[in-house]
Amino acid sequence: MILADSSPTLLQSLLFGAIPSPLVTVLYSLALIATVYTAGIGLVALLGIYAERKVAGHIQSRFGPNRVGPIGLLQSIADGIKLITKEDLRPKDADGLLFLLAPYLAFAPVFVSFLAIPFAPDMVFERHLSVGIFWLLAMLSMEVIGIILAGWASNNKWSVYGGMRQACQMVCFEIPLGLSIIVGVMAAGTLDLVQLGHRQGGGLHTWLIFANPFVPIAFIAYFVASLASNKRAPFDLPESESELVAGYHTEYSGLRFSFFYFAEYAAMFVVSAIQVVLFLGAWNDPFGLVGLYYSKFSEQENLTGLIALNLIGAGIFVIKVILLIFVQMWIRWTLPRPRIDQVLYASIKVLLPLTCVLLLGAALWQLMVSGMPADPWSRVKALGGESFNPWRWSHWQRQGTVGALLTQSILAILGAGFFLTIIGYVVRSWWMGGGIKKRLTDPEPIPDLAVKV
Amino acid sequence: MMNLEAILFYLFALLTVASAIGVVMSRNIVRACMLFLGSLVGVAGLYFLVHAEFLAAAQLVIYAGGTLILIIFGVMLTSRSLATHDEPRRREVWVAVPIGLVLAGALIVAILRRFDSVQTKAVAEVPYPTLALGQSLVGDYLLAFELSSVVLLIVMIGAAYLSKARPREPKDER
Repeated sequence: MILADSSPTLLQSLLFGAIPSPLVTVLYSLALIATVYTAGIGLVALLGIYAERKVAGHIQSRFGPNRVGPIGLLQSIADGIKLITKEDLRPKDADGLLFLLAPYLAFAPVFVSFLAIPFAPDMVFERHLSVGIFWLLAMLSMEVIGIILAGWASNNKWSVYGGMRQACQMVCFEIPLGLSIIVGVMAAGTLDLVQLGHRQGGGLHTWLIFANPFVPIAFIAYFVASLASNKRAPFDLPESESELVAGYHTEYSGLRFSFFYFAEYAAMFVVSAIQVVLFLGAWNDPFGLVGLYYSKFSEQENLTGLIALNLIGAGIFVIKVILLIFVQMWIRWTLPRPRIDQVLYASIKVLLPLTCVLLLGAALWQLMVSGMPADPWSRVKALGGESFNPWRWSHWQRQGTVGALLTQSILAILGAGFFLTIIGYVVRSWWMGGGIKKRLTDPEPIPDLAVKV
Repeated sequence: MMNLEAILFYLFALLTVASAIGVVMSRNIVRACMLFLGSLVGVAGLYFLVHAEFLAAAQLVIYAGGTLILIIFGVMLTSRSLATHDEPRRREVWVAVPIGLVLAGALIVAILRRFDSVQTKAVAEVPYPTLALGQSLVGDYLLAFELSSVVLLIVMIGAAYLSKARPREPKDER
């Protein structure tokens, strides 16, 4: 039942024509996972690690990797080969089975959560997951078990400390994380990731982050909580090198160690993807063109157009995710690490009340000010709705309330201004940093002051 | 060819039952926790098979992500070393066996009695089962929903009371 009633995806219908038989579907799914997803996640991790070192280099006025391959691009592959060829050490007193199992337990949930991420309207593995975002949350909380287990099974006090810190950090931050997600979900009215994307297809102001004044704050709360649940600095206490050697993965070497790295960078991608889908308009551009043309093309059944649109949407999606990952790295190399009690304080006494207030405010907003002004997909003619064009004012008036539209527009203008300011700042510091680095690395030749005897 | 759904059902059922047996048999409490994880994942898979996606995800969030982590956390705080293998005491066996037998008997009787008369509605026909679930939770079953949160509130107050810093006993001044 679960396999039979799911309609074929765009790629499936291209490959097999009509609805394929269950066996074909299973084989096709396995092949897709084995090739596209595995390779994609590997690429995400490799490029993520490279980017992290490069960003760190720029922020600390040095070069970062620049020897292996052009501008150091192959550095991660070199590191990977090194890790694979290293000996797989296992401490004598470790709990053997659990020690071997932990890296996979940390990596598998992240892998599975990739299957729910919608890169574009039709570029998603499971399109009918009605609990999409909740599913991702579940997978993120499962990842922690692997980390805790690694710390415990290593039978090393630093590792156990790391595992315990991860446990209490996750338990604390999971609540603000979930609550801030709910604030966004309430504005959209669905948990389905694909539907969430379609809901935001009417231009910048229909992105959920601008849906009401509470969501932008929830966006920031989610970002902080996701850093903590993903043990990214400044919340990297589970592996804080200056106190715990390497925390939970102190005893790991070789390939198993690299699994933890893969899990961390893939999880960075996943939490950023949740943020993009839930708050930043998923695959939609700021002008609502993707949403508009998607509804047009699917009415006309224009296959070429749909494929092109999916590719463009995936590109937009990935660019947004990369921007968020960049911010995560930026924060990592800027902020110092707090103590564990400060981290827990930040969660329970700051984030938790804040998100509760946001939840209440967003709920009241839903009751008082109704209506998202633009929702092109749900009003596609083919599905029984009227056609909607975000570029036509008369459609606007028909669709939504003036209050919501006004708030959303103001918030969108403010948000766009804020974003452009940040981008300008980053570009400027990049520019100026180049000068500083040049001065630091190529010092002026010392003038020849040789005293003539 | 066997029905694909049936194959998946037996796979998940095997996972659930095998790891549940493992939990009971294991003497190492952390390994028991990990086997418990297998059991939870199996049950979540079964929920997925009957299209109860929300229930499956909730199962993973609450039990795997919350309860299990708390159990491991508690074990880490209390147990002395990895090598602790807890042997049951004789008195504990005498208490545990009758309780277990009564519970098992009750479950078996209940299952046998209800097996024929259970009416299940096809969830798959509802386009968004999660939506229906949410609406019935805060609609028809609002009272039960709120009462269960009162239970949680009581638990929280109890925990806060237990962990409250006790007034220090005055030191002997000798």
